[in-house]
Amino acid sequence: MEIHKYEKIWLAGALLLIVGFIATVSYGAVGAGIEMVNDEGGQVDPASLEEHPKFGEPGTYQTGENEYDVYVIAQQFSFQPGTQQPIRVPAHSTVTFHVTSADVIHGFEVVGTNANTMAIPGQVATITVEVDEPTEYGLLCNEYCGSAHHAMEGRLEVVPQSEWNESMAVN
Amino acid sequence: MATFVDRYPDEAKVVQASFAVAFIALGIGALFGVIQALHRTDILRIIDSVDYYTLLTAHGVLLALVFTIFFLVGLFTWAIARSFERPMPDIRLTWAWFGLMTTGSVFAAVAILAGLFPDIPMSADVLYTFYAPLQAHPIFYIGLAMFIIGTWMAGADWFLAYRGWRSENPDDRIPLQAFMVLTTMIMWFVSTIGVAVSVVFFLIPWSLGLVETVNPLLTRTLFWYFGHPVVYFWLMPAYLLWYTVLPKLAGGRLFSDPLARVVFVLFVLLSTPVGIHHQYLDPGIAEGFKFIAMTNTMFLLLPSLLTAFTVVASVEHGARQRGGEGYLRWLGALPWRDPAFTGMALAGLMFAAGGFSGMINAGMNINYLIHNTLWVPGHFHMTVGTAVALTMMAGTYWLLPQLTGKTVFSRPIGLLQVVLWFVGMVFMSNAMHRGGLLGIPRRTAEPQYQQFDFATAVGSIGEIQAQIALGGVLLFLSVVLFLFNVAATWAQDRVDTPVDDRIPEPLSPPSGAPLVLDNLALWTVIAIVLVVLAYTLPLASIITDAGLLGKSPAFPVSVSVQPVVDAAISAFASVSPVTSAEVQPIEGVVDRLAEVIR
Repeated sequence: MEIHKYEKIWLAGALLLIVGFIATVSYGAVGAGIEMVNDEGGQVDPASLEEHPKFGEPGTYQTGENEYDVYVIAQQFSFQPGTQQPIRVPAHSTVTFHVTSADVIHGFEVVGTNANTMAIPGQVATITVEVDEPTEYGLLCNEYCGSAHHAMEGRLEVVPQSEWNESMAVN
Repeated sequence: MATFVDRYPDEAKVVQASFAVAFIALGIGALFGVIQALHRTDILRIIDSVDYYTLLTAHGVLLALVFTIFFLVGLFTWAIARSFERPMPDIRLTWAWFGLMTTGSVFAAVAILAGLFPDIPMSADVLYTFYAPLQAHPIFYIGLAMFIIGTWMAGADWFLAYRGWRSENPDDRIPLQAFMVLTTMIMWFVSTIGVAVSVVFFLIPWSLGLVETVNPLLTRTLFWYFGHPVVYFWLMPAYLLWYTVLPKLAGGRLFSDPLARVVFVLFVLLSTPVGIHHQYLDPGIAEGFKFIAMTNTMFLLLPSLLTAFTVVASVEHGARQRGGEGYLRWLGALPWRDPAFTGMALAGLMFAAGGFSGMINAGMNINYLIHNTLWVPGHFHMTVGTAVALTMMAGTYWLLPQLTGKTVFSRPIGLLQVVLWFVGMVFMSNAMHRGGLLGIPRRTAEPQYQQFDFATAVGSIGEIQAQIALGGVLLFLSVVLFLFNVAATWAQDRVDTPVDDRIPEPLSPPSGAPLVLDNLALWTVIAIVLVVLAYTLPLASIITDAGLLGKSPAFPVSVSVQPVVDAAISAFASVSPVTSAEVQPIEGVVDRLAEVIR
């Protein structure tokens, strides 16, 4: 097959671009350590979350020095915790969100950050993030979940470590 | 001089009917689009926010499925008849698939639009993606199934035409346009299996109450098995026009027939085993499968990058035939007054920009930042919303005269219309991309929150919203002008030579293409093998984890939102706030929920 010289150059450039993209994404995964939401969260029965050892009482659990698990239930049209009370985590800590849904598919987005996941009934999404300085973030549902989807929001408070106390954690 | 309608009058009727359905859907979809653009930017709210989701579902289904695919079946019928130089095998079969697709579309549209009328106990506010366990009325799913089966029959019709042609031309190369149609349909047959299984085996029985539960991750994964190839199904008619018509309009001819075939074969192979890239942030799918989908997606850039070269080279050749010279001065020699040329050229230009934002979406880890934000509709309004839709509108200015024997009513209006679309989309999609980077969500009637504000580094939220609204209004005006021009063309009298419908032979003829490219069976088998490799393990794992039918009961999209809102309000009201500072936002939420009732 006859391929024009310029077209060969273009083809080589295109392949280089593609390999370059794959290399940068791979670097993000391996070098920068950005893990994808995966299947490690396991499954839950969406109809009996109240019987779950953690989702039965969702909120912040300390798991190690400066390490916290936050269990969040998304449901039409609130996050629990998040909407009625803010999610609270201490500053300068490693936080793993465990997010599931009690009804339909929702989104869980910490506004202005890359902490973002789907909440699918029956599945537990886990994302680990580093939080630094004390601040407040907005939370929102970014997947259409029914007629009042636009009212589904909340807050995440990063509390100064000096103010952090046991009452802010669930356990 | 005879044109298409004289040579194939029966086929021309089917193509005209398909275009008519497409354009009706375009008009309704565009009207709903501008209402949404003004609503979500809080510039003009003439509907309740609950109805926003009804209009959004209709906007997605009518534009992304009905408009694009009815245009496709019309265009492909035209391409098959003219490139095989023979009528369809049995015009009754052709009308049968047109009838089935139209009936299915009407069913789905009725189920959706009934959501606007509280007295009708029917609703399908599940959006174009219809993720379970949100549940629509069964008529919605049944209509979708009929629509898909209609497209299968259309594909069968074109393959029967191919068989008839092949029996009389055993040694000829498949004509290029027919090759594009057949390869696109192979991709479509392979990829629609996913959505057909999801709808027919899971969602229809579940919506009828025959089974009680679904596995939401399974139906979602089956949707995206189809949901990425469908974007190439939208795009391939545009590619067909860019490869075979645009060079002619530019005054030249296609650069290379063999490379055009290579590109379409690559789409057959790579379009389907990539759907999981829409599920980068889904739990229940291992990272490895996401990585495979990511690499396949990146390689899928290759046929589009090759297309960019071939199409630009062909257009440049056309410009030089018209006397164009220099490195870039030849651009001035192009027929910019021709709406068909200018529309397609602008569509291709915007596709390049849309391609770059798509590369961000495909980048697995950077996708966290923009997933389900306004960035995503910003992206696909450049691709399907411009590369495809604008090419289809522009192509109409060249095709309609062949189908009707009538000249285009007004070329200046046509030119204004395509330019207006481009300008409107620059405003709207650029602002949507920026809004997405700030975290503004997609698919949300009122993205204004009580508990926080979006922070902007450059510009302001108000300025972004103004651009979105302005763009939406320009796009709607463009559609109004288009529909007027088309209707006025249809109303004209027939003339002898409405348009120059000849398509010159490519510079590099098909004889240079390896014969293996025309081996459709081989490419089908390889495509299926790639799909099996990409999907067997993820699907097996999803089914093992939560069962074939899952554990999720139905959450019907309520005909009346009253019970849902009552429940939500009582949940809020029962809270005793920890501090007085929190009273304010909670009351705000209750107020907004109360507004929803109205």
